[in-house]
Amino acid sequence: MQNNDHGHTHDEPEVHAPSPDEPPPASEWEFLEKALSELLVETGVIEEADVQRMMNFTESRNPALGAKVVARAWTDSGFRDRLLCDARKTLREEMEIDVGTIAELEAVENTDKLHHVVVCTLCSCYPRNLLGTPPAWYKSREYRSRAVREPRIVLKEFGTVLPSDVSIRVLDSTADLRYLVIPKRPGGTEGWPADRLEALVSRDSMIGTALASDPDSK
Amino acid sequence: MTDKFSPAGTRGIHDVGGLDFGAIDRSEHPLTTFERRVDALTMLMIGPLGVFRADALRRAIEAYNEADYVNLTYYEKWVRALRILLVEQGVLTDEQIDARIAALREKAGGVQP
Amino acid sequence: MIEPRFAPGDRVHVDTRPAERHCRTPFYLRGRTGVVEAVHGRFRDPDRLAFHRPGLPKHYLYRVRFDQVSVWGEAAENSADVVVADLFEHWLTKASPGETAHAK
Repeated sequence: MQNNDHGHTHDEPEVHAPSPDEPPPASEWEFLEKALSELLVETGVIEEADVQRMMNFTESRNPALGAKVVARAWTDSGFRDRLLCDARKTLREEMEIDVGTIAELEAVENTDKLHHVVVCTLCSCYPRNLLGTPPAWYKSREYRSRAVREPRIVLKEFGTVLPSDVSIRVLDSTADLRYLVIPKRPGGTEGWPADRLEALVSRDSMIGTALASDPDSK
Repeated sequence: MTDKFSPAGTRGIHDVGGLDFGAIDRSEHPLTTFERRVDALTMLMIGPLGVFRADALRRAIEAYNEADYVNLTYYEKWVRALRILLVEQGVLTDEQIDARIAALREKAGGVQP
Repeated sequence: MIEPRFAPGDRVHVDTRPAERHCRTPFYLRGRTGVVEAVHGRFRDPDRLAFHRPGLPKHYLYRVRFDQVSVWGEAAENSADVVVADLFEHWLTKASPGETAHAK
């Protein structure tokens, strides 16, 4: 897909109407998007501002937000227990995060003996209302086909090697639940404040294809 | 594997668990404007407007033939499904959409695909 | 109130019928036997939602755990590893206590 319009930044005004000097659509599908956008606005189904607001909302949900949740779970055992028990309620009440109505969210915890990794073999189900849009590899047939059958080989491709005495639980998001992995807190981080711990929590560690980063690396 | 994709519904084109499509390409790029807009339009239809459910988006994509399922990018699959579902739900018509695409192409210099 | 047919700990067998229309039971789990871990409650039927219907009646959704060995046979990487999926009640039947469905 070719699209050279990379001029946007997070500082742009919330409503950014297409300007006349914007590059024309570059593919059949870009023409279709533009046609649908224009028609939906002209027929009053949506306003252009709705599109901008939705794009801004989606960008406000990103791995940094997930990392805050994980770091809090690492440093507040009561929060951790409530998160594991009822993620929707706990995130709403204690972090003012609304996980939306499209699916339920469930948090699962990695330990010394148990490692979760999340996949959606049927499409691309992902906790996007917490972590944002999924990475391209998560949506690929390569990851989706292999993660359920050979998770250890797949994890190794991500540079993650687990000892054989750590059991793997592959979570196939087949229905109405989305999964957030709480990675195992790295050793050597005792006493670290939450904001310092957040830097150790990568997106992939919340999918389960990576571990939380080593504290020596930060 | 003997488990072939089957139009009869045994294993759909999207139902890939346990197959082997080879090495995972982990390269990433920030979403383009096109991708962000298709994502937002679709989310508006599924969420606040309730024009269709995410299940319908998946169903439309699962019905693509293998070449389209494999070769179209993720958001190309979405925007094509968006069109299908907006027409199914009577929000827009094929005639409206085709006419608008033709007008946009003309404005862009009459380039045909 | 409709009660769930299965409870945590029950062994369940996944139906092998072809997936017509829109189906959220993956092919690789059909015909396998797993253990119910949790009852998620009742959710709308994805097949009906996919065709703009209200998705009623709702069906119970269960978290079902499968040993990797029972799904992939000798190709399984590690005998302690499992795969877990959320499956709807109308795809499950109760398995006999000792039943295992090893991959061929």
